[in-house]
Amino acid sequence: MNIMTEASVEQKLGSGTNEPSIKMKGEKVSVHYGEKRALFDVDLDVRENQVTALIGPSGCGKSTFLRCLNRMNDTISIARVTGKITLDSEDIYDPKIDVVELRARVGMVFQKPNPFPKSIYENVAYGPRIHGLARSKAELDGIVESSLKKAGLFNEVKDRLLESGTGLSGGQQQRLCIARAIAVSPEVILMDEPCSALDPIATARVEELIDELRQNYTIVIVTHSMQQAARVSQRTAMFHLGYLVEEGATDKMFTNPDDKRTQDYITGRFG
Amino acid sequence: MTDAIASFGAGRRPVSIHTDDAAKARLKGRYRAETWFKWLGAAAVALAGLFLVLLLSTIVTQAIPALRLNYLTLPIDLSAAKVDPAKLDAVNYDAIAQEALAAKFPDVTSRQDKRLLRGLISTGTGVFLRKDIAADPGMLGRTVNYAVPLDDFADLYLKGLLADVGSDEAISTSVTPSETSGDIDLTFGDDTMLALARGWGATEGENGMLTLTSGASSLLVAFNGGTVKLTALSPGANGTAVAKGTVIEALDSTAPAASGQAFLRVIDTPEASRKISDKEIAWLDTLKSAGLIESRFNSIFFFTGASREPELAGVWGAVVGSFLTMIVTLAIAFPIGVSAAIYLEEFAPKNRLTTIIEVNINNLAAVPSIVFGLLGLAVFLNFFGLPRSAPVVGGMVLALMTLPIIIIASRASLRAVPPSIREAALGIGASKVQTVFHHVLPLAMPGIMTGTILGMAHALGETAPLLMIGMVAFIVDIPGGFTDPATILPVQIFMWADFPEAGFQQKTSAAILILLVFLVIMNAIAVILRRRFERRW
Repeated sequence: MNIMTEASVEQKLGSGTNEPSIKMKGEKVSVHYGEKRALFDVDLDVRENQVTALIGPSGCGKSTFLRCLNRMNDTISIARVTGKITLDSEDIYDPKIDVVELRARVGMVFQKPNPFPKSIYENVAYGPRIHGLARSKAELDGIVESSLKKAGLFNEVKDRLLESGTGLSGGQQQRLCIARAIAVSPEVILMDEPCSALDPIATARVEELIDELRQNYTIVIVTHSMQQAARVSQRTAMFHLGYLVEEGATDKMFTNPDDKRTQDYITGRFG
Repeated sequence: MTDAIASFGAGRRPVSIHTDDAAKARLKGRYRAETWFKWLGAAAVALAGLFLVLLLSTIVTQAIPALRLNYLTLPIDLSAAKVDPAKLDAVNYDAIAQEALAAKFPDVTSRQDKRLLRGLISTGTGVFLRKDIAADPGMLGRTVNYAVPLDDFADLYLKGLLADVGSDEAISTSVTPSETSGDIDLTFGDDTMLALARGWGATEGENGMLTLTSGASSLLVAFNGGTVKLTALSPGANGTAVAKGTVIEALDSTAPAASGQAFLRVIDTPEASRKISDKEIAWLDTLKSAGLIESRFNSIFFFTGASREPELAGVWGAVVGSFLTMIVTLAIAFPIGVSAAIYLEEFAPKNRLTTIIEVNINNLAAVPSIVFGLLGLAVFLNFFGLPRSAPVVGGMVLALMTLPIIIIASRASLRAVPPSIREAALGIGASKVQTVFHHVLPLAMPGIMTGTILGMAHALGETAPLLMIGMVAFIVDIPGGFTDPATILPVQIFMWADFPEAGFQQKTSAAILILLVFLVIMNAIAVILRRRFERRW
């Protein structure tokens, strides 16, 4: 947030009053896993302080696209990404871009809650510590507390910050992972089916949280649940077989989609 | 609802492919196969357990005698006449101890017997005496009661390992000797001795003459304060028996011993097939019955280096050698092995080259250990000119051998760390190195350490490669550093097993026991580490 290129400022000013500015932009994004092509020329914008939901049947490439946004696909040796993805108009696949910095700016929450097998405090404090965000112990404590508060977990764990993060319930673990992502002060948070391993009550809690987080962060969420996409997102993108089928405001997508495949998927006729 | 329950209760089961007779037969067959398999498995485990118990009990029973050593307490004259306090190093301490022993047996006069008698105490006596005097000069100037270690044969006899000795039995008749020393005649009041001698392997001669050769059991008759060894027996007049015998320990008098006053001791093992003579046995028994022999904890075995004399040989040199070697092995194999594993598992690109490296590391683990020894000989000794028989070279060779084991174990435990942990760390902007060293490695550490300890235990028991680099040398001194000549426990065991002296048999087992104790400790540490630090995700 502190580094804003001229282009992004321009973009912000230039965009219409109702439409939030574009935070991330994918242009002709294609991904190959070895010989197999997983994503075909996807053009998709992610708008600032909005929740963008990626939906589609299994294997449609929505998670692959999500992982392109913070270059997590780099960790898969056979994955090859082509096209262009920008964050505030900067090409994130530019060799000049430091992937560590990128991931600090674009945080990620995974499908399965994956807290480190360390204390709750350490889980949240790890990110700020490696990025040198806190100059003193008190400052670090402040970051941990505010992150846990933003993730709506602080009241539940304030008395046992030094206990293991893996001892929490599934829903709490996922909120801990969200707190861990927030602690680094990212600009964008990517969520890969964050509620698929949670029960309905924990899911509702996380969904509420996502709605709150939207005020300060740009969120991209992959979900299998139509209802979830409808509840939490402002924009929805429908993927099918590696192609972006349709993208638009969530209201429109769920009431009057342009593409028949979207309609069939939303109404449960395939997928 | 009620009807449904009633119809269930009536037991009307519909016949289907899962309930007909053929199905029942199939089910029975499956259970039979399961039962068979269970029994086979249990039998295999029981058999393995049986062999383990057999092995351990054999080693333990063999090793136990070596844990104690018999000491003979002698009054040793350390007066100024014998030991000049100014020239302590010039004194022949062995001779002083031997004189003290000879004083106990004034009848022993022949040179041959004297040499035999001297042989009862260890040849290391003088060294121990000198050391103790140096530590405690207060011993000088008087006669002190000093416990000297017995020679290995004497020690083994007293432990009952050299000869089968029957208990003393009172002779139920009178015994009359003709002389008190030399070759004498004994007259027994009746002829029961004849039947006894036949039973103990005497050779029948003319006129009912029975000869007890060295191939027969030894019959010793103890009475009048001395001992006579019977050599021949013949029937005498009026139902008596006359025996020829050699006096081993002089008799007090030629007075007849009444019935029940003389004792017969039978040494089952013939003199020709044991390594201790009747004379030595008689002397030792006399010393023992005088209360001069005492069995003590065998500190020599635990705290000294190697020796050609079984009673003086200890494992400490080999233990220290093993320890030094293991330090070198650990210092080389652990960092290199773990680094290689981390690189291959976390950083290396997956291409043809890394695949070849991986396959070859796996192959290295299967290379016979002697090949590593040859490599060490050719490279470390011949090419680099490192010292022979040194723990540093032994450690390097064993490190080569342990490396693949550590690499494979480390890679396996790195791979066992779930990818979600790596993603979590990378997802909040940790660099690759931070991810590995902050999260992956700590989680893999218990597994890595377990693998390392097991690899080290494997190396600790290795013999063959060290033979090639000269660690099989006979080294008396306890190694003081990494370049001192040394041997290691398994090689020491190998050497002792090769020595002909009977005393080394027990030493071998005891050394095996010590090695096993070390291995069990190392394995226990591995198990504890695994239990304590095991994490579940």
